[in-house]
Amino acid sequence: MRRLGPLAFERRLTPSRPAVLGVSLLAILAALGTMSIIFAAYGVPPLRAYAVIIKGTLGTRFGLMEVLRRTIPLLLCGVGLVLAFRSKFWNIGAEGQLLAGAVAAAGVALFTDLPPPLLLPAMFGAGFLAGAIWGMVPALLKVRLGVNDVISTLMLNYVMIYIVEWLIHGPWKGPTMRGFAYTDTFPRAAWLPLIPRSMVHWPTLAVGVGAAILVALLLSRTRLGYELRVSGESPDAAHYAGISFLKVSLVVMFLSGGLAGLAGVGEVAGIHHKLLPPIQISLGYGYTAIIVAWLARGSPLAAVVTALLFGFIFAAGDEMKVTLQMPFQVVGVFSGLILFFLIGVELLMYWRVRFLPKGEGWTGKAGS
Amino acid sequence: MDWESWVVSTLNRALAYGTPLLWGTLGEIYAERAGVVNLGVEGMMILGAFSAFAVAQSVGDPWLGLLAAAVVGAGAALIHALFTVTLRANQYVSGLALTIFGLGFSGLLGARWVGIPLANPLPKLTVPGLSQLPVLGPALFQNQSYLTYIGLFLAVVLWLVLYKTRWGIVIRSVGESPATADALGVNVFLVRYLCLAFGGAMAGVAGGFLSVEYRPAWTEGMTAGTGWIVIALTIFAAWNPLRAVWGVLLFSGLYHLAYRLQAWFPPEFLKLMPYAFAILVLAIAGLRGARQLAPGALGIPYTRGEK
Repeated sequence: MRRLGPLAFERRLTPSRPAVLGVSLLAILAALGTMSIIFAAYGVPPLRAYAVIIKGTLGTRFGLMEVLRRTIPLLLCGVGLVLAFRSKFWNIGAEGQLLAGAVAAAGVALFTDLPPPLLLPAMFGAGFLAGAIWGMVPALLKVRLGVNDVISTLMLNYVMIYIVEWLIHGPWKGPTMRGFAYTDTFPRAAWLPLIPRSMVHWPTLAVGVGAAILVALLLSRTRLGYELRVSGESPDAAHYAGISFLKVSLVVMFLSGGLAGLAGVGEVAGIHHKLLPPIQISLGYGYTAIIVAWLARGSPLAAVVTALLFGFIFAAGDEMKVTLQMPFQVVGVFSGLILFFLIGVELLMYWRVRFLPKGEGWTGKAGS
Repeated sequence: MDWESWVVSTLNRALAYGTPLLWGTLGEIYAERAGVVNLGVEGMMILGAFSAFAVAQSVGDPWLGLLAAAVVGAGAALIHALFTVTLRANQYVSGLALTIFGLGFSGLLGARWVGIPLANPLPKLTVPGLSQLPVLGPALFQNQSYLTYIGLFLAVVLWLVLYKTRWGIVIRSVGESPATADALGVNVFLVRYLCLAFGGAMAGVAGGFLSVEYRPAWTEGMTAGTGWIVIALTIFAAWNPLRAVWGVLLFSGLYHLAYRLQAWFPPEFLKLMPYAFAILVLAIAGLRGARQLAPGALGIPYTRGEK
């Protein structure tokens, strides 16, 4: 216990729910505060910036729909990353896994003759598998050869980016697209339905919410979930309990990569209806999903909320680009700041403050 | 093309391509030797690249640009130090935050500078005398960067410091067993701060090299994953500055040999080569058991008075 005047600070082993929530909000507020300084330095009065953001996103139906549209890929990738991070697998490769899913979906849409009702399910299936396979490669490399998972997952993002570039410039380049590096447009049966007058492909959104619920059940109610949590929290205990590290890593990355793959399917089948340059398919959803997952602190259901928050931030970035002529990179700046403050204030969660005016001892002296 | 000019141009280009990798890797080796992983190399490099370009363009001196890059890189690394050493935050997440922030912030500040060529890039160096040697002359001593030679020199100095001086023992002991070092009166926190700041300065210069010499202009995201390759090379080099030289040469040599295949392969495959190589290089390191050589306390925050 430490004392500061009449206040006593006690350590606790597990943070309480209000503490987690309060500290997370504090981090977001601190990031907003720092962002104000950056706005001001950029010559935009902070209050005006925030007013523009709120009005452009939450203030109109269009704005709200834009938030939802950005939430979809963040949610799917984020839920997968929650799963990976729970087992201490550092999957930084959701971006590449998302693109793998987009490629597989495009392949099915353009080059198979499936009857229309089967086309979309087949695209989702193929997209999931492609993302899963792209995710399992680093799992194998890590378990068998000790290859650092951060580097391998990240490097595979770049590899997949250039595979997509090659496809759209080379073998899959659409004859009807003249000079553009696009594939041909998918047949109508491969388009996802949208909420009217919006870009929200609601089936993918439903899949995302469903995935969050299923992953939450998997983690809390199944043997596999238990094995996964143990190998994340205490690798030694997992080893003595006979839990196979190879199996856990492969399953985790199968699901994590697969969910990111679904996000890729949603983007091409719901919005673009063709395969196009990677930078247009994903605005770095796979990277931002890392923050979505970290902010959710291991809870797939909380990822629904944090994905919405970052969907809002992406939509705000669009709004600032249009109205304030600020580069879209403000999103990156803000995301980085939130992540910094989030981990910076983490220690606070483990202290409980109590009002103890009559205690003995003096300011700041550490006891135990 | 005859074999001689083939070897010459591969070596020459490999040295240029490898220079930022070498600077970055040497810096990261020191940070990790002190026990702290910094995944923010990519972020520090891009901040370095932008500040080097901005200063070189406004002041007119590319060397001042590099100095600014070093200062900015060190400053960015100190943020990481504050979070991971003092606040004991997760090192991976803090490094990722630094990279995300660096890429965003440099893009935000650099928006008005995109596409302007640098008025006065760093001059090239041709070593008198040695450059007249057959084969080796044009390969190693013509049209090279000052930073290539300084980098190679630093590799030797940093190896000597790490293995032959008291400072080196202090740094390695802090990364190996901070509690023991602390008990012997070493200021663990200070050593970690200094090593991280040094690593950041090196990463900053590595980024600056890209924008004031390699491609003298500012492009958003121009580091294109180089910072991540640096982290792979740090592991491949088994945290040894001299092995870093061989690792970097092998890596960039392979990269330029791959470029010789461009008649047979689409350009996109050549572009993905370095990233595939980085995985390959780590797989090789894994087969050789490089992980056992990692500093014992790598990635673990140090808390005083806890077992």
